[in-house]
Amino acid sequence: MQALENFIRLSDPNIISVVLGSILITASSAVVGCFSFLKKKALVGDAVAHSVLPGICLAFIIAGNKDPLIIILGAFTTGWLSLVLIDLIAEKTKIKEDSAIAIILSVFFGIGILLLTAIQHSGNAAQSGLESFLFGKAAALVGRDLIMFSIVAGIVLLTVVLFFKELKIIAFDEAFAKSIGLPVRFLNLLLTSLTVMAVVTGIQAVGVVLMAAILITPAAAARFWTDDLFKMTLIAAFIGALAGYAGAFVSYTASNMPTGPWIVMIVSVMALLSFFIAPKRGIISRFVDQAKMKETILGENLLKELYRIAEKQGGAAQYIDIDVLNDHRQFPVRALRNKISKFQSSGLLLSDSNSIKLTDDGYEKGKRIVKLHRLWEMYLSSYLKIAPDHVHEDAETIEHIITPQIEAKLESLLDYPDMDPHNKKIPY
Amino acid sequence: MTMDTVYIIATASLYAIACGTLGSFLMLRKMAMLGDAISHAVLPGIVIAFLISGSRDSLTMLAGASALGILTSFIIEFFHKKARLQTDASIGVSYTSLFALGVILISVFAGQVDLDQECVLYGEIAYVPLDLWILKSGTVMGPRALYIALIIALIVIAFTKLGFPFLKITSFDTEYALSLGISVGLWHYILMAMVSLTTVAAFDSVGAILVVALFIVAPATAYLLSNKLSRMIWINAILSILISILSYYLALWINGSIAGAWVSCAGLFFFIALLFAPDEGLLSKRKKINYDKKIHFEVNKSIE
Repeated sequence: MQALENFIRLSDPNIISVVLGSILITASSAVVGCFSFLKKKALVGDAVAHSVLPGICLAFIIAGNKDPLIIILGAFTTGWLSLVLIDLIAEKTKIKEDSAIAIILSVFFGIGILLLTAIQHSGNAAQSGLESFLFGKAAALVGRDLIMFSIVAGIVLLTVVLFFKELKIIAFDEAFAKSIGLPVRFLNLLLTSLTVMAVVTGIQAVGVVLMAAILITPAAAARFWTDDLFKMTLIAAFIGALAGYAGAFVSYTASNMPTGPWIVMIVSVMALLSFFIAPKRGIISRFVDQAKMKETILGENLLKELYRIAEKQGGAAQYIDIDVLNDHRQFPVRALRNKISKFQSSGLLLSDSNSIKLTDDGYEKGKRIVKLHRLWEMYLSSYLKIAPDHVHEDAETIEHIITPQIEAKLESLLDYPDMDPHNKKIPY
Repeated sequence: MTMDTVYIIATASLYAIACGTLGSFLMLRKMAMLGDAISHAVLPGIVIAFLISGSRDSLTMLAGASALGILTSFIIEFFHKKARLQTDASIGVSYTSLFALGVILISVFAGQVDLDQECVLYGEIAYVPLDLWILKSGTVMGPRALYIALIIALIVIAFTKLGFPFLKITSFDTEYALSLGISVGLWHYILMAMVSLTTVAAFDSVGAILVVALFIVAPATAYLLSNKLSRMIWINAILSILISILSYYLALWINGSIAGAWVSCAGLFFFIALLFAPDEGLLSKRKKINYDKKIHFEVNKSIE
């Protein structure tokens, strides 16, 4: 409890630096991750993260200590090399990019593990703590390490701010970037370097195995809340920072717990929530939208069908038996019953035991759908020269989507035709 | 060479053959990273099964983890289809979170689970000879892991042998397979189930990340050397045995993990093939291009 209180109050200057350090590191990774995400290079980050391990071990073997500058240099070198090799393999051989990523990822990591175990068995006392690169240990961020990694994270953030517009363009449309004379090669190189730098610092907090998560997961989550890249990077940075804070907390209060997995758990939960509850793009709101659309379509089809039956029987709306209706068009039983009672209360239908009748409002609505359907068929056959027997299916879906503006445009474009391609009267 | 050496090399070879055979199909289906994801994501399944059954080699554990493996491919599909998350991000998000969950579970139940984080990552194939299968009569039958590896390898080989035409056709041309009435989805999930099963079994000996290498590195090397699927699988088998022998001595020499050495050796073979493979090698390709240029030049000259 004491530890918890100390942590929340930030009473110990050590805690402040650990918290600041982890927040800076996870937030900068999340920001860079947004661009990797948009370039569909999510798993490349994963490969880089695994590939820095041999670099770290080699740097340690050469230098004989864990000087952060040398470690960063080593990690940067193999991280970079891995990206070059992935591109080389994917471009020059028949091996596809995903296989190339998996190969480089596992081979580099395997070499890293081999070196790491060899170092551990060598009995060099300075090696203790090297394995914390596997799962991360935010609390170990003190003194020179913290300063170094924070500087790198700061550089990453600053670079993104300075080159935001250019990075935005190459993330979305490289061909366009080239056409307006942007140095695409340089910018791609810049983004690659930023990714490697973010990974190199990020592994301090979460370790190499789960590094991909703080690069990609905040970006994936943020994508669900906005369509604006600037807002997306802010949201991703916020999610990353929150997880970094939590990670520092776990690392400080429960030292036997691996920090990285906790940070990843927290980011993942936030991402999962975003996937489900985000407005517009979230699974739930998408589901609700789809259900609503389905209901609208059912209702419009009902009105349309009743109008068409009335049209056949001479024009005016009459009571029609539901079984007769179902002979014309099969409706799902329960959905139909619900819809009928809804339309009754909104004054579009009248109901009498097992038969229903359009009110004047309902009649007008049904007429409009039929009109749209036939207008669209007319449009398809006269402007796109589609044979009359091929236009129905398309009209069947488009009739529910056409807005009054498009309706007006169709009417004036076709000059209020009397008949549709099947020689049925278009009602106005 | 002691018996223990033979046991270790044999176990490694059998797993390498089993994983590589399945990996060949994964690679052709552009699902290499899915194999990676599954090999990480089965971890919580293994830990939970461990907690329930309390033993390392029970059927519960295999079943639980295989279920999680299939669940992972469902989750990835779900995020991709329902949330419209791009595939690479969907894979990245799913497996990291499940793996993180597994590692946390291990730490929380550290006292009850005979697994640790390092073992999860790089396994300990050197311990294979320690866990012996001893009959009630007292006869020592050899290491348990070797038998499991043998069974898994036989299952995979039988599966590949029987399902070969279907696996081949669904890997190369889904449209054609569909037109023949072969259920592409069904074979996808059967393959995923096999991948999960093999992963779980191999996991204990070689660790999560190195399972990925077993699945992809040797088959990719074979792929560079051959254009025929059946030949590819044979080359993989030969490579597997070769790498297993070499890596054992490499690990012994530098006093490191055998699994790490395995991947390093496999990587070496891959890079040799990358440079020198007859048709695909980077250097031989250049030769071919130069040769083509020369012919072109001579033809032009003769026309003039």
